[in-house]
Amino acid sequence: MAPTSKIVLRFPAVIADKPIIYRLVKDFGLMINILKANINPHKEGTMVLELSGERYQEGIEYLRGQGVIVQLLSEQIVRNESRCIHCGACTAICPAGALYIERPSMEVCFDGDACVVCQLCTRACPVRAMEVSF
Amino acid sequence: MGVCRTFAEINEKIRQGNVVVVTAEEAVAMVRELGLKEAASRVDVVTTGTFGAMCSSGIYLNFGHSTPRIKATHVWLNGVPAYGGLAAVDAYLGATALPENDPLNSTHPGEFRYGGGHVIHDLVAGKPVRLRAFGYGTDCYPRREIETTITIRDLNEVVLFNPRNAYQNYNCAVNLGSKTLYTYMGILKPHLGNAHYSTSGQLSPLLKDPYLRTIGVGTRIFLGGGVGYVVWNGTQHAPRVEPGPVEGSIVAAGGTLCVLGDLKQMRPQWLVGASILGYGATLYVGIGVPIPVLDEEIMYYASLPDDKLFAPVVDYSEDYPRRQSRTLGLVSYSELKSGKITLMGKEVPTAPMSSYARAREIAAILKNWIAEGRFLLTHPVEPLPGPQAQIVLKTLEIKEA
Repeated sequence: MAPTSKIVLRFPAVIADKPIIYRLVKDFGLMINILKANINPHKEGTMVLELSGERYQEGIEYLRGQGVIVQLLSEQIVRNESRCIHCGACTAICPAGALYIERPSMEVCFDGDACVVCQLCTRACPVRAMEVSF
Repeated sequence: MGVCRTFAEINEKIRQGNVVVVTAEEAVAMVRELGLKEAASRVDVVTTGTFGAMCSSGIYLNFGHSTPRIKATHVWLNGVPAYGGLAAVDAYLGATALPENDPLNSTHPGEFRYGGGHVIHDLVAGKPVRLRAFGYGTDCYPRREIETTITIRDLNEVVLFNPRNAYQNYNCAVNLGSKTLYTYMGILKPHLGNAHYSTSGQLSPLLKDPYLRTIGVGTRIFLGGGVGYVVWNGTQHAPRVEPGPVEGSIVAAGGTLCVLGDLKQMRPQWLVGASILGYGATLYVGIGVPIPVLDEEIMYYASLPDDKLFAPVVDYSEDYPRRQSRTLGLVSYSELKSGKITLMGKEVPTAPMSSYARAREIAAILKNWIAEGRFLLTHPVEPLPGPQAQIVLKTLEIKEA
């Protein structure tokens, strides 16, 4: 059985316009499931991808060769509970709906399973309560 | 109008332990259930609360004399500059102050990881803080340089003194432009991607006494987890109250408070340093104001619910930075708190910048202090200018020398 894993890909601006994911499918016969993709104002891309197939390792090497930074999604976002002030500034920023306000308590909830580790919240949080853990 | 009680009568009930005090949230429910007349006759005090970023905040401190003495003209606390243009060992540290070597927005958006607000938080938390100062040397103050570590306990005085806090109401901020904005109202996504607001609505102190009938100079308040006082109106104080779009609703705005209190009795969870991406450092301040129910009118306003309190929607891509007075409409706090509003035909997700959950906690703490007889109300020494003063804010004109 071929391995399946969730990975985070970071694309530098210079390769943002290349059909890299297409090559994973076409050249390496890998199965992909894009969980999240984003290009920031600096044209840098971030993608969270489920990837599987016999030639998985070759695919990863291809990505790295293209200048893509590949990380396993073992990386997680955790909330520092003692720091969070439940303001809600992260909730409209989180693209995955993992940070949301519970009503009527108006407290901010964090659903780690829904998180795609885009890390936007780590900078949107005024009190830096959202942390990356490896 | 209706029931009448005085500050003195309320304080007597607080001393005797039979005062009836409810939070502004509870007051909303109570008036809905019992009607205004009955609720006003039962309730003596309504407590309010807010916990949001308040940039016009800071501390003044006296760090004591060294041997030999120094006249400290330039002062840093954990690398953050404080103002030293006061007497020898007095200084004022503002919440938005940043270290000289902070990268600021040189790589936009800057992170502003540590500023004055963070120093204030660290001091209140009892953490050691590095003090560095320069002086030019005089016959009476010969020392030119000092570097040492202090904690809040080592200081003679350290007083939270905030020139403008507790804005009566605030804009709901949106972005009509085509690129992401990094503002003091948070990250605003392009093309009406989100709408951010920053008021505790039905719990907000100055929204619950919009005519400033009970809040004035000398009003004792919850400040940063301790006891503080309203000492003046805040800067840019220009209160006004206008009827809102639905019957019985109001659009109140422009009132502000200048507040002060001994930092040594405050708590770190109610004074939290903050880094607003692309904007700067600031301080989240917890404030709670008690409103004495002197008559039915005061109870009427203190019990106005979120759906009767409105905020203006303002574009932060062009209108706000260019000081255009256009508003895109009015939205109620119940709409804002629901998580989405409809603007220009589009459904827009909303999010708060101030913490309603913490505001509720503040109102509850203040309620307990009063119920337990630990907190007496103060009759204002002077009233603050109310909406009837019709204050118009001055703007700054650019003139040739």
